[in-house]
Amino acid sequence: MSEQDAQQKDMASKAHADVHQDESDAAQGTTRLKIFRGDAEGGSEVEYEIPNIEGMVVLDAVLYIQAHQAGDLAVRWNCKAAHCGSCSAEINGKPKLLCKTRVEEYEGQEIRVHPMRAFPVIKDLVSDVKWNYEVARSTIPFQSDEQAPFIMYEEDVERLYEPKKCIECFMCQDVCHVLRTHHKHPEFAGPRFFVRNQWLEMHPKDTQSRLEYLKEGQGGIGYCNITKCCTEVCPVNIKITDNSIIPLKERVADEYYDPAKWLMRKIRGRRSPKTGAVVGRNGNRNGG
Amino acid sequence: MSGGTLSWSSFTARFPWWAGSVTTVAILGAFTIYSIFIVFFQPVGEYGGYLLSPMYSPPVPSPIDWLSPAIFVLWIPLGFRLTCYYYRKAYYRAFLWDPPNCSSKAQQREPRSPENYSGERNLWVFNNVHRYFLYGSIIVVAFLLYETIRAFFPDGFGITIGSLLFLLNVVLLSGYTFGCHSMRHLAGGRVDCYSCVRGGNLRRKSFQWVSVLNGRHMFWAWVSLFSVWGADVYVRLLMAGVITDLRLV
Repeated sequence: MSEQDAQQKDMASKAHADVHQDESDAAQGTTRLKIFRGDAEGGSEVEYEIPNIEGMVVLDAVLYIQAHQAGDLAVRWNCKAAHCGSCSAEINGKPKLLCKTRVEEYEGQEIRVHPMRAFPVIKDLVSDVKWNYEVARSTIPFQSDEQAPFIMYEEDVERLYEPKKCIECFMCQDVCHVLRTHHKHPEFAGPRFFVRNQWLEMHPKDTQSRLEYLKEGQGGIGYCNITKCCTEVCPVNIKITDNSIIPLKERVADEYYDPAKWLMRKIRGRRSPKTGAVVGRNGNRNGG
Repeated sequence: MSGGTLSWSSFTARFPWWAGSVTTVAILGAFTIYSIFIVFFQPVGEYGGYLLSPMYSPPVPSPIDWLSPAIFVLWIPLGFRLTCYYYRKAYYRAFLWDPPNCSSKAQQREPRSPENYSGERNLWVFNNVHRYFLYGSIIVVAFLLYETIRAFFPDGFGITIGSLLFLLNVVLLSGYTFGCHSMRHLAGGRVDCYSCVRGGNLRRKSFQWVSVLNGRHMFWAWVSLFSVWGADVYVRLLMAGVITDLRLV
């Protein structure tokens, strides 16, 4: 981040703090938050007390603490409107966008804020999510025989809107036990990238196959046991398991686990899911 | 602070992380014990010549006297449910604790070490046989529909509590069977370009209809389980003379 950016961010943060200062005059009671303070070496929870302000979200509370009580508290945030996916963290052990979670949801409960645990911690509430961008680079990119811009019909692209809603907050990656508990990062792409692959696989103009990548490669879709935690935490309500992972698993089953489909490919040849036309005879995915 | 309305997630958050798993184990365990008991220790569930328990439909004659005919039927819906994407989620969570719940506290209780976790690889790839159980289940649902029609003819056309219960059961089972994820894939999910293939519009419509059912697959999965269970209990209560099949029309 440049110095100018840092200054702008600091001013924005102070502006928030001023607003909270004004509002805190009218606040009633206080709320206690326990926030993880530390880095990759370790750390512990530190308790803070802030004045209650009606409608306050957890990010407001964290920024209030940053402005008034702990100036060195690290938190990543940007839009404060649940659009950028920057402020992902864990509240009481569940991934949440700090800017979309109201403090009053936890009335009568302890509020414990931690960074996303599926990734290395940089400092306090900031995790290092760069592994996700490495996975993104391993994904087989969109490729078409035609030159863009494409003419496409609504009926062919309506399933592509939902995966495009993804804001890359990586909370689905964080809650996925394959990554979080079993640390299968080298051989498992994770829910966010199944959403991405579903979009690519179902795109009517794409000509690539990603089934081998998903089954044998870094995709590792076999590790997913569809327990739907990713769907539960998605802040933009993408039905990740039902609309991305299971359709991809069904396509993998078509290709690798269905003897009738295999026999049909041997007899009738491979048919393109795009056109229905026979594209190969010997059972190879690419029609060779 | 103001309270606000109670959402489903905040309602379930009030329960401990193991509550969902324990409930699933209790219900599926009770159903399994009940099924084993009636299959091995009870006679065929049939009453009055017009109500045949859904656990015995289609009525396959058993070649061995002591072996219940249900054995030759139940493996299809049982296999369908065992390999169903929803029930997979339910039993991975409830029985295997992989994970028992999505919270970090629950995930710390997962019994498998990273080296021993293989997800749906290895032997679990046999869950991919789900689509074949789907084909078998469609046939079973067709027979249940026939049995439901028979239930409306106790002695000439008539509507009884039993016939309505059978109708409800076949509707719920159809919702579960035809809303399955494999059905969704088969109906049109595997097509990438509906405007490019023959019959594409019909396949797209089919996909959309199945998707409507599929959106509540968990609901259909549970209510259809209870309706089969309830229909069998009802037939057995009639057989035991505890109740009579009240005729409405």
